[in-house]
Amino acid sequence: MMDPIYGRISANKRKTFFLFFLYALLFGFIGYFIGIYLGDPVVGIILAGVIFIILFLISYFSGQEVVTKMAGAREVRKKDEPYLYNTVEALSIAAGRPMPRVFIIETEVPNAFAAGRNPDNAVIAVTRGLLNRLDRQELEGVIAHEMAHINNYDVLLATVAIVLAGTIVFVSVIARRMMLFGGMGRGGGRRGGQGQLIMILILLIVAILAPIFAQLLKFAISRQREYLADATAANFTGYPEGLASALEKITNQQVKDSPIENKALEGLYIVNPSLGARSGNRAGVLFATHPPAVERIKRLRAM
Amino acid sequence: METNYILPGIVFIILAYIIYSYNRLVSLRNMADTAYSNIDTLLQKRFDLVPNLVNTVKGYMAHEKDVLETITRARTEWLNASTMKENAGADQKAEKALKTLFAVSENYPDLKANQNFMMLQEELSGIERKIAYARQRYNRTVMALNTVIQRFPTNIMARIFNFTSREYFTVESTEARSAPQINMQDGENK
Repeated sequence: MMDPIYGRISANKRKTFFLFFLYALLFGFIGYFIGIYLGDPVVGIILAGVIFIILFLISYFSGQEVVTKMAGAREVRKKDEPYLYNTVEALSIAAGRPMPRVFIIETEVPNAFAAGRNPDNAVIAVTRGLLNRLDRQELEGVIAHEMAHINNYDVLLATVAIVLAGTIVFVSVIARRMMLFGGMGRGGGRRGGQGQLIMILILLIVAILAPIFAQLLKFAISRQREYLADATAANFTGYPEGLASALEKITNQQVKDSPIENKALEGLYIVNPSLGARSGNRAGVLFATHPPAVERIKRLRAM
Repeated sequence: METNYILPGIVFIILAYIIYSYNRLVSLRNMADTAYSNIDTLLQKRFDLVPNLVNTVKGYMAHEKDVLETITRARTEWLNASTMKENAGADQKAEKALKTLFAVSENYPDLKANQNFMMLQEELSGIERKIAYARQRYNRTVMALNTVIQRFPTNIMARIFNFTSREYFTVESTEARSAPQINMQDGENK
């Protein structure tokens, strides 16, 4: 007689720890190689370890700030958006969880996500297009889905995974720029040459590891969690049709190259923004972070 | 040698079980209490907005004095309520009257454009949804509590430590369940 939500929560905590462990190993590995070039592998490992700890602490304690910044979301208070704020508050009551912070993304593409490390430190962000397109019961369905992710601690795993993977991508971009810049600036020089070698090495490692990081993101955002969040949402509102009709409305409204399209964040949204209008059918199923919307709607309507 | 451990072992297991189920009952009871007080807080918030609402609406709706009076009366009843039944009665009266008021307000374009009224309407309908969810949450916590209290063998623990089943929140009249009937000539609101 295991409580499915409770099992989900501990699974998410376990997976976050596993992710921490994997990243620690990867950082140690990179640190070791840089250390060899610097003359002492131990120094490299310690350096990488310090950087990793700082990164992990940032992703854990202010992951929601990083994610909302990445998404271009702006925090709103009750007097700015009473309708949205009241709806979020109603669903936090339904879930018996504290009120999350509320964010708005100013774009016409309808979508929403939640982030944070636990229900006490969580955020819910919705786009302007979502607010404009949905009626109250549909919006309640969407907010309930996000509240379910918070309630089940899906947000912990997803936020940490996104911030860590996002940092790797960021570092690789910086590294590439530095290499180009360094290469053009000073032609030769012993030190410059050595620095460049390290950069090439880091770049190589990052290039090799990038697909692995992508896989790690997928692992964090399994399709099963979307079905479970839909079911939990239906339980919160007592009205599955609200979410079903909302999903129907928003899946076909996703546009290619929209302002919310971001590889690192796509798994976080209620409907994958990267697939464009295709996200409704089965075309993108194979590599999707989300189950097809038609299937989700079917399951909701069968409840 | 082995027998020396069997008896203390059994005693330990039983003790651990008693502690576990007692703590579970306490946390479930606290959850139900919190859920109940959440409903009360929301009702308080709703009735706190009533004087403000009446003042805003008064100037616009001279013909709908009855509705406003009903709301004010419901608030007074709620403030003076001493039993849970009185409390629920006043609450339902207010809920119904507010619905009528907002439905009737459709006929007053000036009122509908009033900034203060728009704010109050959003706030009150927001509170209405929150109350509905708070009640649902209360029923869910009560169900969890009652299940543990009634099931074997925790029912024995519940009896020993004096935990009793709670009643669910139910909508008393069928009227409150269905959508409000808007009838201007309805004498019910007097």
